[in-house]
Amino acid sequence: MIKIDINKKLHGVAGEMVLQVDLEINQGDFVALTGQSGSGKTTLLRILAGLEEAEGTLKVGNEIWQDKETYLKSQLRRIGFVFQEYALFPNMSVEQNLLYVEKDKELCRHLLDITDLSKLKNRLPYTLSGGQKQRVSLCRAMMNRPKLLLMDEPLSALDPAMRTKLQNEILTLHREFKTTTIMVSHDPSEIYRLSNRVVVLHHGAITKDGIAKEVLLQTNGSQKFSFEGELLDIIKVDVIFVAIVSIGQQLVEIVVSEQEKQNLQIGQVVRVGTKAFSPVIRG
Amino acid sequence: MLEILSHLEFEPFWLSFKLAGITTLILFVLSVPLAWWLSQTKSKSKPIVEALTALPIVLPPSVLGFYILVALSHNSPIGVFFDETFGIKLVFNFTGLVIASCFYSLPFMVQPLQSGFESINKNMLEASYIAGKSKIQTIIKVALPNIKPALLTAIIVTFAHTVGEFGVVLMVGGSIPGETKVASVAIYEFVEVMDYKAAHVYSAIMLIISFVVLLSVYIFNGKMKKVGI
Repeated sequence: MIKIDINKKLHGVAGEMVLQVDLEINQGDFVALTGQSGSGKTTLLRILAGLEEAEGTLKVGNEIWQDKETYLKSQLRRIGFVFQEYALFPNMSVEQNLLYVEKDKELCRHLLDITDLSKLKNRLPYTLSGGQKQRVSLCRAMMNRPKLLLMDEPLSALDPAMRTKLQNEILTLHREFKTTTIMVSHDPSEIYRLSNRVVVLHHGAITKDGIAKEVLLQTNGSQKFSFEGELLDIIKVDVIFVAIVSIGQQLVEIVVSEQEKQNLQIGQVVRVGTKAFSPVIRG
Repeated sequence: MLEILSHLEFEPFWLSFKLAGITTLILFVLSVPLAWWLSQTKSKSKPIVEALTALPIVLPPSVLGFYILVALSHNSPIGVFFDETFGIKLVFNFTGLVIASCFYSLPFMVQPLQSGFESINKNMLEASYIAGKSKIQTIIKVALPNIKPALLTAIIVTFAHTVGEFGVVLMVGGSIPGETKVASVAIYEFVEVMDYKAAHVYSAIMLIISFVVLLSVYIFNGKMKKVGI
């Protein structure tokens, strides 16, 4: 059980705000931390890692990481941290990056096997692709068998295919080591696949907390589908109007009435929803 | 030409390089912690320390030499203390030159190291702390190996700058053959007695050595950029 009860004044882009988080996390949980940028997600992660100070208490199992009297340094917390930009040691090979944390050759070999990196173990980081680097970084974070694994948008710099591959590897590692994990992410599909709990931060405070399906599902009431997209254009076709909306990587056409058209502006973020119909899913 | 070379005294060169070598070694040991502190601190005293460190760049060597002379002479408390306790005289000998050179070349060691340390990705250092490593371990195993170009620049420039030192050496050391008469002072004396031939040879040797040293620094740094260090 991890008990977090901290607060810290932040000077963000939107002026001053207070990061106030009171959270209990169960052993072995995979928590996704999401919310707009500047809401304090990264700061919370850094406070947990002992890289930034805050007021309050942190307790992991029976160990006190922080309270009025004690403050445990990063070095003594036994955590794993995966940074968005990898932060590998450029002077060390893949294997050396892992062994630097702990001279456990057995675990090192095992982790490299799971993540398909064994062949690259003697390579220097600058010769690796982004996805490979982040896999090394993930393995490195597991080398001290951490009590808590923290990941700060670990996959956001990667392309979609690589993301899926890494999600699978994160999942495999999580199943095997059962490390309590907190991951900052913006990607709903990633959050859905990996986490068993989602915490949404807004302006330094928790606004939603639950399982991914409840927190992330955007449809409400009788809506079956609801997507957010950008309105690119509205074209007049005979007597009707067709709106071109960009959703994800696709463009779709939606028929709008003249009255609806009045309320829409090109470039606006719109929500496209539909009720009561039976869609077909093809693989 | 060969005849001149065969009559040439190499002692001033040897002395210059010995002085530069010892100074560089001492400064490296002292400057790594100082540069690290400067690169990481948020203390308000940082600009004061930075200004003090950079002083030898702007001060005339004669001013620096004068103060060092006053501070270390056998009339000063420091001079008296060293003379009575250890029996060491601090001016007009090689020891005095080393001390003076350490002041004179300090910024050339500290500044490249500091900017090297500042250029390191902060997350990389944090990754090392999280891995349970102390600051000293992090400096030795992560920070220093990843600022090789800055490290090389600091060491070479400090060495070269000490070899090229003249004013401070003359003030603090004078020109005692085999003790304080380094190459730059020797050239000055050749010119004074109008022995231009010897002055030419000495100067050419200094010029060639300096050029080759700097050239190798730039070639090395160019190569390191390619491997992402």
